[in-house]
Formats: sequence, structure tokens, C-alpha cells
Amino acid sequence: MGLALSLERQGVPTVAVSTHVFARLARATALAEGMPTARNVFVPQPIVGRTPDQLRAYIEGVDPVLKIPFVQGVIEGLTKPLSDQDLADSSFERSTPRLLTPDTEENLHALFLENHWTDCLPIVLPTEERVDRMLDGTSQPRDKIVGRMRPTAFREAWEFDVEKVAVNAVMAGARPDYFPVILTMAASGMTARSSSTTSWATISLINGPIRNEIGMNDGIGALGPYNHANATIGRAHSLASQNVQGGSVPGESYMGTLGNWLNYTACFPEAEERSPWDPFHVDEGFKPTDSTVSIFFGGWYTLSGFGPRETWQDRFTRMLTATDFYSPPLIVMDPLVARAFVDLGYTKRSLIEWCAEHAKLPARDYWDDQWTQTLSKPLGVAGIEPYASRLRAEPGDLVNIFTPDDIKIVVTGGETQGGFKMFSGRYVGRGPGTENKGKPTFLIDEWR
Amino acid sequence: MSQKITVHDPRGFPPKVIGKRLASRLPSLDGKTVFLVDCLFDNSDQFMEQLRQWFGKHLPAVKARIIKTTESWVDDPAMRDKISEDGDAAILGVGL
Repeated sequence: MGLALSLERQGVPTVAVSTHVFARLARATALAEGMPTARNVFVPQPIVGRTPDQLRAYIEGVDPVLKIPFVQGVIEGLTKPLSDQDLADSSFERSTPRLLTPDTEENLHALFLENHWTDCLPIVLPTEERVDRMLDGTSQPRDKIVGRMRPTAFREAWEFDVEKVAVNAVMAGARPDYFPVILTMAASGMTARSSSTTSWATISLINGPIRNEIGMNDGIGALGPYNHANATIGRAHSLASQNVQGGSVPGESYMGTLGNWLNYTACFPEAEERSPWDPFHVDEGFKPTDSTVSIFFGGWYTLSGFGPRETWQDRFTRMLTATDFYSPPLIVMDPLVARAFVDLGYTKRSLIEWCAEHAKLPARDYWDDQWTQTLSKPLGVAGIEPYASRLRAEPGDLVNIFTPDDIKIVVTGGETQGGFKMFSGRYVGRGPGTENKGKPTFLIDEWR
Repeated sequence: MSQKITVHDPRGFPPKVIGKRLASRLPSLDGKTVFLVDCLFDNSDQFMEQLRQWFGKHLPAVKARIIKTTESWVDDPAMRDKISEDGDAAILGVGL
């Protein structure tokens, strides 16, 4: 829709074709872009996997939203003269109040739930007193603009200040001493509530002294609901994302087909003191004394295992090739696993290089995927590596599906078992659902 | 529980919506060049090819030409300029 609106602005009459499940989202996008009557026609979902004959039937069939023949909508969309409604000024101001109309706790809880301002779990109501206390957790002025956020690249970005982040931190049940971490996550502009159909989440890693200052858990159950800071910081980022960006409403500003439990909360610290390797943020060029948050975009898949046992190489190879390649793996391993790899002679870097070298698939399998087709193939056609080489390969040729820079390793856990997980979790690079092309590790100290 | 309390609104600040005018529509598609823009979503190339064939069969006076964006989800000013210079209308799909 965004491209269609840009063409309209260039004087080109344009019709956008969407599948019917995107009707509300398309309407909302056109309204926010100031072209509420932009021409949009619809075909049934899905397009992916349909044969040419089935697609032809869509074209010769009835638009499931407009309830007229599809081609009639196309032709009228390009030729029917503009109406008074089209020519009316569609500019308007919007605002959100700082404070809501006073009401009872019961009614306010119902209002927050009804307005999709919560994650459907109970929240702490953000009273003025509670928000003021949260603001004590930072030296930043409450009206300082923190940044802008949007549910996906083609949607409008909403702005937010320190106070708005504090409101959401209160709702999540966070404490004031966590607030600099939450502000840093919000300031990243990376939404934890992407609207993508692929049901993305963010996974946030905390490094540096602040982990211990605020009592985060890198021991038993580090990834689970066993620590107040881990749990509420991740939840605060998620609630802040859905609210400061202007919503995460199914069918309108959220389209994840399956949804994702990691959208509730996904934040953990690295077990720096018990890891045999440098902490993640040091790998990325920060000082050990820096406190940072690194935000991985993914959460689409999770694979788990134990080891390294005698056949670990086979297991790793199977797991790496079972991932969805457009979302590279964030490997989270217990300190027992990391130390065992050290005993086998691996550094973190050499283990990553081993993974990248051995994660291979026939080119046919690599390219038989809707996101490699949508995102990677155009880059291959344009001659951009490594996609170009993968595209040139014969269908049966084995191609490397990751580069070493795609794969990250983090150490955490309680040493009750030699367990590890591979999470979908892109750190940098191109991919669906995120516009962050830079290095997503951010200094927390700037928001203290 | 019936005591009223005041709480903050958790939402961010939406930008002002600036109204924009749609392009004038064409009196007819006859003899016009309509670009069918493949936005690179999986299988949208097949959809656009079927649409091109439909025009060829049912509205042969329309010059339907397929064009691809260079990347999905990324604006393509060069492609827009080409459509603006060489075409009369556009149909985009399939996706947002």
C-alpha cells in the first residue's frame, strides 16, 4: 500500500491488490497516510502455493471484500473519476491524552483490556504516583522524547517520551531501578510487537554490571518466570511497544498467524562470571564495564539439545539445517556446555565458524521457502553475496545457509544440565519484519 | 473499590495526518500502458503474469507490462520514476 500511495503522489493512478485478510490493515494504513480512499482490491488468501490456474480463478472471480468482480474493481479503480469524497481534505489532527478520565479501578482495568492496551494478563494501573516513582529511576526529564516506533516498516511511526515509557513500565510491574534498561529498549526503536504475519518477537540480552545491580537471574531458570527483573523488563518492552507505536490489534496492526508466547516477555542476562568466553557485548566492541542491552529479532523457532556428546556434530548440523534460514540462530547454552566446548578445543568464534561451515543444504531446499524467495532472491538477482552464489548453484548443489556473522552464542543457565537452545534471533542484517539494519546493542548508562 | 482514581494513557503520540490527493483517473485504459508491479512476495510473479495474460485476452488495447521492485518492503524511487515516465497507471501486488 505504501508504494501505491507514493505512485499516486507522483500522479500515477494506482490500484493495490491485497489478500482479503489485510483489508482492515490496508484501510488503516491508507487513512494514516492521508489517502483514505486509495483504491484497493482484494483476492482470497493465500497467494503462496497457488497454481497459475488458481490465481487466474482469483482474477476472474469475485473480490471477497468489495463483493464485485475483481477485474471490475481494478478497472474502475483506474478509470472512475474522483468523487467529492476523494477530493475532500483528509488532513486531521490526532492526540492521546496524558491522563484518562477518572474512574474506578475495576472500570479502568476493563477499559485497558477493551482498548488492547494490555497483554491480556493483569496489569498495574499507572496512577500518577506510581508513574512518578518509576521516573525516579532515571535522571532524564519526563517530557524528553525517547524515540519513535512502528509495528512494521510501511506503517507510520508514533513518537513517545520518557513518561510514556514509565507508564508502560508501571503496567508491567517493573521497579524504578529497572527503568534505565526499559528506556534503552524503547529508545532502540525496535518493536517487540511486529505486525508481521510471521509472529515475530524480540529476545533481549542484558550484559554488564547492571545485571547484578538490579538482581537479574542468569542461573537456574534464567529464561523462565523465576526472576522479577527478567520477567518485568521484557514485559515492559512488550507493553511499551504495543502502546507507544499505536497498537498491536489482531487484524489491524498485528497479523501474526500463530502468535508468539515470547511476546509476553523475553529478556535474560548473560552468565558472564561463569562463562569461559568473553561476554557478548565485549565481542561486539563494548567494554566489560559497559551495561548494554542487545535486542535479537526472531523467536519464530526454538530447537533444543544436550551436549556436546560424541555425535554433537551430527546433532548440530541437523539442528542448524532445521532452522528457518531467513532468521539465523541465537544459540543460548548453559555454562556446562560452553566449558565442554572449550575442553574440545573450541573458542566461541571457532565454534560459530564450524556451525557456518557445516550448515549446508541443497540449493533446491534453501530456495524452496517463502521468505528466501521474497527477501533473498531479489538480492541474489542483484548480484549481492552470499545470495548470488546460492542462486547460481545447481538445485542439488550444497550451499552454506549462514555466514559466521549470522550466528551468535550467549551463555546463561543454572548448570543443572548441559542444555542448549537455538532460537530464531537475527542480530543484524536484512530480513522480514524489522527495519533495524544496524548493530542492535545499546548502552544503558545513557538512560540512567 | 468504587473510589475513582486517575491514571495515565499508555499510548504514544500519533503524527498529524496530512491529506494527499489521489491522481486523476484515466478516461479509459484503451491504448494506455499499465504497469503490473510485482512486489516480490512469494508467487506474486505468477499472479502478475496471470493478470497480464488476462489483459491480453480481454482488453488487448491495454499495454500491460510487468515490472519488479528491486527489493520487497523497500521503496523503489527509480522504479516509480520509470512507471511515471513510461506508463499511465499501475496495479501493485500482491501484498501491502
